[in-house]
Parts: sequence; C-alpha cells; structure tokens
Amino acid sequence: MPTRVRDPTLQNRLQNSAPNRERPHVDALIPPLLNGTALGALLLLAALGLTLTFGQMGVINMAHGEFIMAGAFIAYLTQLVVTSSNISIVLALPLAFLGAGLLGLLLEVGIIQWMYRRPLDTLLVTVGVSLILQQIALQIFPAQGVPVESPGWLDGQADILGYAWPLRQVFTIVLAALCLAALAAWLKYTSFGRRIRATVQNRDLAETSGIPTRTVDRITFFVGSGLAGVAGVAASLIGGTNSQMGTQYIIPAFLVVVAGGVGQIKGTVIAAWAVGIALSFFADWTTGSMAQVLAFVLVVIFLQFRPQGLFTVRTRGLT
Amino acid sequence: MLEMNDIQAGYGRTLVLHGVTLPSAKVVAVLGHNGAGKTTLLRAAIGLIKPRSGQVIFDGDDITTVPPNKRVARGMAYVPQGQQSFAQLTTMENLQLVADGRRRGKALIEQQFSRFPALEKFATRKAGLLSGGQRQQLAIARALITEPKMLILDEPTEGIQPTIVAEIEHTVMQLASEGLSVLLVEQHIGFALEAADKYLVLASGFASSTGEGGASAAEGVRVAMAI
Ligand SMILES: Nc1ncnc2c1ncn2[C@@H]1O[C@H](COP(=O)(O)OP(=O)(O)OP(=O)(O)O)[C@@H](O)[C@H]1O
Ligand SMILES: [Mg+2]
Repeated sequence: MPTRVRDPTLQNRLQNSAPNRERPHVDALIPPLLNGTALGALLLLAALGLTLTFGQMGVINMAHGEFIMAGAFIAYLTQLVVTSSNISIVLALPLAFLGAGLLGLLLEVGIIQWMYRRPLDTLLVTVGVSLILQQIALQIFPAQGVPVESPGWLDGQADILGYAWPLRQVFTIVLAALCLAALAAWLKYTSFGRRIRATVQNRDLAETSGIPTRTVDRITFFVGSGLAGVAGVAASLIGGTNSQMGTQYIIPAFLVVVAGGVGQIKGTVIAAWAVGIALSFFADWTTGSMAQVLAFVLVVIFLQFRPQGLFTVRTRGLT
Repeated sequence: MLEMNDIQAGYGRTLVLHGVTLPSAKVVAVLGHNGAGKTTLLRAAIGLIKPRSGQVIFDGDDITTVPPNKRVARGMAYVPQGQQSFAQLTTMENLQLVADGRRRGKALIEQQFSRFPALEKFATRKAGLLSGGQRQQLAIARALITEPKMLILDEPTEGIQPTIVAEIEHTVMQLASEGLSVLLVEQHIGFALEAADKYLVLASGFASSTGEGGASAAEGVRVAMAI
C-alpha cells in the first residue's frame, strides 16, 4: 500500500477535501456537510474534555491541543512497534487515551491544582505549557511531521444515504459517537460518575458528604485529557501529525465549549457539529484560517443572543 | 467527642468568631441571633473553613487541618443550613453517592427509607424537585448513611412546614437517645434546650453564655440572647 503524504494543516485538509466525483449531479452542499460532520466529531472529542474541566474546576487549559498532538504521536510510535497499521491503530486508541490522560494528570498535579477557580491564571500558564510541549515534540520528531499510515480497512468509501463517504471520516464519526456514549454512561451509571456530577453541582456539599473532591478532580482531568488523546489518533488519520497540530484545534474546540454552554454535554455535541460544518463551508469559500476567523465571529454574535450558550449553565452551590 | 478550643475564624480579612470554646457534652445546642456566627462555628467544626487560631479535636485527635471528607471518614456528619442536596441527582443517587463503597450500603439506604418513607416514594425524582422538608430529610439520611459517631445539624427545622418539623425533631431526639453525639444549631429555643445536655449562646462571635440544657435553662438563655 502506498504511503500517503498527509496535508500538514487543517486549512489544506479542508481545501483538498474533494467534492463527490462519483455523482457529479450531487448538490455542492453535500461534501462540506460530510467533512463538517467529521470535523465536528473531532472537535467534539477535543471539546468534551475541555468542557468537563472548565465546568468542574474553572480551569482553562490551553495545553489541551497538545494532548491531541500527543495522541497523534502515540499513534505514530505505536506504528513503529506494531508495523501492521491494521492492528496498530486499534492499539493506539487506548494507548493514546492513557498517554494523554497521564500527561493531563501530570499538568494537574504539577501546576493546575494550585490555580483552581482562577481561569485567567490557568489560561496564561497553560499557554506556556502548550509552547513547551510543542518545543519538546519538535526536539523529538522532525519539523515537517511524521506519517501515520491509515489501515487498509479504512481505505475507500462507504455508501451511506446514497453518497460515498470516505471511510476515515466515518471512522472519526463512529469513534466520537462511541466515546460520547461511553462517557455519558460512565457519568450516569457509575459511582465515579455520580461523584463527578455531585462535585460539579456543589463542591462543599460533596466534600462534607465524604467525597474526596480533589481526587475526583484528578480523575476528571485524566479522562478529559485522555479523550483529547483519542481525538489525536483520529486527527493523525485525517490531517498531518506534527508539533503545530494542536494549535489548529484548540480555538475551534473552545468555541464549541462556550457555544454549547460550559459543562453541558448535550450542548457541546450540537455546537461541535455546528462549528465543524461552519468551518467546512467557510473553508470551501475562503482559506482555512479565514474560516476560523469567520467561525469565531459567528460564535461571538451567537453569544450576544445567548450568553449562557445553547443550554443554561447549572447554578452551583454558593460560597 | 468534639472539642473546639478558643476558635478564631472568619472569611477573608473579617474575623467572625473571636475565640469561641464549645462546651463538651453528648448533645450540645448552639443558640444565637442571625449573623451571630453559628454557621461559621459549624463550618469550622467540619473543616470547610480553617480557624485562624484554636484547635478542633475529635475523638482525641487534633483534626484542625484535616479536610472535610477525611473528617467524615472519621465519623463526623454534617447537615448544612438550607436543605441542601444535589439538585440534579435523583433522591436515590443522592443516597447512593454516600453509600458507594460501604459494605452494607444497600441496607443503610433501606434503613433510611424506613425512617423517611417519603424518600422511598420519590426515589427516582430529582432532589431539586422535592419539597423543602423532604430535602431536609434527604440531607439527614445522607448524613446517617455514613454511620457517624457525631451529627452536626445547622438549623434542621428552619423554613419547613410544621408536620415535618415535628418528624425531624422526633428523629433528632431519637438519634440522641440512641447514643449519637449531636451538635445542633437551632433558633427554636424550646426544642434546642429539650434536646441539649449543654448549650452555648453566641452573640456577635463571642460565647456570651453557656450552661446545662433542659427546660429550666430557657429563662437564662432568653436573658443572654437579649444582651
Ligand atoms: N462566605 C462569607 N463571606 C463573608 N462573610 C460571611 C460569609 N458567611 C457569613 N459571613 C458573615 O459572618 C457572620 C456570621 O455568619 P453566620 O452565617 O455564621 O451566622 P449565623 O449565626 O449562622 O446566622 P443565621 O442564623 O442567619 O444562619 C455574618 O456577619 C455574615 O455576614
Ligand atoms: Mg447560620
């Protein structure tokens, strides 16, 4: 199988996403809709972790994009060890979850735990952490990035609703849906999930009910960062894997968080899809970076009308 | 069981408690006007605020710097003022939350259901949709599931309909007679003194008077509170 050279930026990826050539009569709106849904799925995986940590701890983690990068590099490293890309990509998913999760845990224990409920401080410090992680990646991996080979079973297209969908995009969408379902079930039905929901709703009451809220915070941070790692594996199959890749996802992911309503999973899902589609449409008309600007403007306008996001932020116990 | 010695505590730069010492007895009632510092004293007892000076001793151990969740593990339970619950969790989830990881978790929940039948009836309802009295029962049930040696209650009957007030007062008296230590903040002087072995009157963050509980103490307490 020939090695694909992947586009290094989201911008190129979006511009090169080919219109559907098998069915020339197809409405020109369809390809950006498909691309947008796949991009939205990726943004969802990235935004879920952000919205959890922001909602629970008031932490704005700008290094979250580098957890995506870590996931992508872990996919590459897995491929060096397990050369069959058919298997390595499946192995890479849990490894990326663990790797990025541990990175997040390290950040929480090392730095962020001292800055809870100080969003501005965490923002400034994690921008620094983000740059350091990019620099570290640049020291280890070549500047132009590394190729992550797509497994054979993701080549080709699937016929869905009469349109040919590239399988790699279908894979991203299915992966995001599975992660979302797993996260929702974990939050709803497990004792960890109950503890997380209780801590988000009323931290003092949780603490005085005997719940070790600091441990709960760490678990949330681990899981949220781990999801970014999983997003990184998917991103490595669609876009380029390099030290800069995190920067192209972090802003759209934050747009998704604020548009969806902080801590609101339902809102995040809808917002991710909307932002993904908006970015794809704009990228068809202009350049990728211009698309980000336009999406940014759109979200700012939206927030003028609904400052709380799509869904209302839960009121929390005072003190 | 619980000793609080010469506690100074407050919020930010303002000092609210100016050296308060808790009388030691099985059931202690803390009385005082609004803003006297009663809740602040209980928050220091459970560890939600760190005293600026003074010691908190539980079961012989100095716990002044122990975080609240570890105090609960040591046998303290806290029912805060204002019928607080996890509003977005169901009644059942509120109880499971504290029963999780306990060997007899299921039995403990059943025990509270028989104590407060309304909770069983509304087990699947979001706690935020319960009435104030039911939420208070839920808060007490949550506290009891942790199998405490000591129960700290902040105005358990405040703003609750009279029929449920009687039930809650009955529960508190019963728990005390079963041997549970109780630290009770209560505006209703009659009930507080009936339940208490000793009382403490707080006025503007100072311990203005203490003494033995019982109906005969009521006159002294009224005088102390009038100052
Ligand atoms: N979080 C806080 N930050 C700053 N000051 C506070 C805070 N909580 C209470 N205070 C102040 O501390 C003082 C004592 O309050 P506290 O809640 O302990 O009174 P209380 O005796 O429980 O009153 P009540 O009977 O109304 O419940 C009050 O003057 C109050 O304004
Ligand atoms: Mg009070």
